Amino acid sequence: MASSDNAMITLSAVTKRFGAFTAVDAATFDIAAGEFFSLLGPSGCGKTTLLRMIGGFEQQTSGEILIDGEAMGTRPPNHRPTNMVFQSYAIFPHLDVAENIAYGLANRPVDKATVARKVDAALEMVRLSGLGKRRANQLSGGQRQRVALARAIVCEPKVLLLDEPLGALDKKLREEMQIELRQLQKSLGITFIFVTHDQEEALSLSDRIAVMARGKVLQIDSATALYERPNCREVAGFIGNMNFFEGRVVAVEGDQAVMEIGPDIRVRVPLTGQSVTAGGNAILAVRPEKIDAVVDRPAPSRNAIRATTRASSYLGDRSLILADWHQEAAPVSVSLQNRHAAAESPLAGGAAREIWLTWPVEAGVLLSD
Amino acid sequence: MSFLRRHTNLLSLFAVLYLLFLYVPVLLLPLFSFNDNIYVTLPLKGFTLKWYESLAGNSALLNALWASVKVGIGVSIISTVLGLMAARAMTRYRFPGRRSIYALILLPLVIPYMVIGVSTLVILRRLLDVELSLLTVGASHVLITVPLSMLVLMARMEGFDRSLEEASRDLGDTAWRSFRRVTLPLVMPGIVSSFLLCFITSFDEYLLAFFLAGSDSTLPIFIFSTLRFPNKIPDVLALGSLILMISIVLVVLAEWLRRRGISGSDSSVL
Repeated sequence: MASSDNAMITLSAVTKRFGAFTAVDAATFDIAAGEFFSLLGPSGCGKTTLLRMIGGFEQQTSGEILIDGEAMGTRPPNHRPTNMVFQSYAIFPHLDVAENIAYGLANRPVDKATVARKVDAALEMVRLSGLGKRRANQLSGGQRQRVALARAIVCEPKVLLLDEPLGALDKKLREEMQIELRQLQKSLGITFIFVTHDQEEALSLSDRIAVMARGKVLQIDSATALYERPNCREVAGFIGNMNFFEGRVVAVEGDQAVMEIGPDIRVRVPLTGQSVTAGGNAILAVRPEKIDAVVDRPAPSRNAIRATTRASSYLGDRSLILADWHQEAAPVSVSLQNRHAAAESPLAGGAAREIWLTWPVEAGVLLSD
Repeated sequence: MSFLRRHTNLLSLFAVLYLLFLYVPVLLLPLFSFNDNIYVTLPLKGFTLKWYESLAGNSALLNALWASVKVGIGVSIISTVLGLMAARAMTRYRFPGRRSIYALILLPLVIPYMVIGVSTLVILRRLLDVELSLLTVGASHVLITVPLSMLVLMARMEGFDRSLEEASRDLGDTAWRSFRRVTLPLVMPGIVSSFLLCFITSFDEYLLAFFLAGSDSTLPIFIFSTLRFPNKIPDVLALGSLILMISIVLVVLAEWLRRRGISGSDSSVL
């Protein structure tokens, strides 16, 4: 990707090797100024290593990192316009909350009155006013998290790096902090780079998300685009649930491809820029909630396959159905919204029965094999 | 549980006997130091301060005491600095030969002092032709106290989150400023412990001092030599009592400093 004008961070072929192991493999992308950008992936995918390289805690083996147009090279963390919120929060235990927040300001030419004013403002911003004299061990997890946030923000970084900052919080607190974090980012306008392994967190918070696996950046897109148009099987499987149908492209007709996914079972898939040729192998991906389960044969304009229900589970707002459609293939999972009382559903009862699984052509995504 | 309850009386008795065995001899020292008898025997004869007076005039003893204090302070400073560097390297970095270096530093703990003393003496006198003095005693004490210091400081350094140092770098500190503002304050209780441990070890070490002191004399050497002259023993008792008092004050002070410095979940090393 070419470096655009408003890029706050430009990564070009940033690679990190630990011996023979490649932790980050030629990461190349831009992050715009003021963007809430997430690095998402399973543990060990290299997302934290990449974040630590941007912050200057790890030195890249090759490649270059530009922040606000300046090449970072081998600059140590204290000479970078970034600040970090650590996973463990790293609150200094020998200092109180106010001293923690003022820590970075001691390295700047600011007088005491200004420091006090900024610390007060920061305390207020993270809703910790009046707790300035507390020590780290007198704070709850959420409060520590806020101190870590205030301590970084008070330094007015160009980029704030967050390393799984909500990982240690319980679910309810986590959701609260997500909202606060998003509001804070909007009001400050600072570029946030957020590392997480929690896809829901990434989807709900971010402007854009980079999905990583085994050191590689697989796809960078908005939450909707990642969910609706994943570019590979790995991204499709990592974000949300997905049914995969392996098959062969038998024809290309305009902006649609016709795929054979089983003996004489043909379905249509929209093409959104994939280069396919008739005869090649391909994978069709369809989300469980885009599939409908019906008793009567649907209209021919929709894709439909014959299946037998194997199991269903009632989850209140929706029901999950597993259906076998082909002996050798994995069962298809279908998620049905329970808009009506359960007894009214055509699938009520739970006994195995023959049904049609159907989805509109646009719901499918064609992935290369 | 029931086992414990049934044997609680027995255990308490054992605990009391154990404590008596440990501390009665130590407590007899101050008792006899005020006893108006040149021989250390019961029954007590009467209260006197004359041993403390004669102590003040016993210049040989005071010289030996001063020599031990000098060596002890020097040794504990050098060992703690070396121990701090070694502990940092061991806890913060992975480098080739790390395990063997660790083992080599700890080795003096398990070599008999007699062996260290003789071999050091041979090397210093026969090979290097160095005059024996308090300096040579101090050098050998550094050898045996560096491992203690390193162990104490490693326990302390392993106990705190590495990202604390990273956070301080992130907030603008240079490596040195980060060490001063974060590492040092957090390691300080360990440094105090190390200092005391090294000092005490050097202060009452006899064997190496005996081999390597030459014509100089440290306190343990002096005390041992006076045991042959019964009339000088009460001075030693008086001195011993004073040292006992000072050590208690020091230990209490160190513990108080430690609690004041860091509160909460931090592990104790003293």
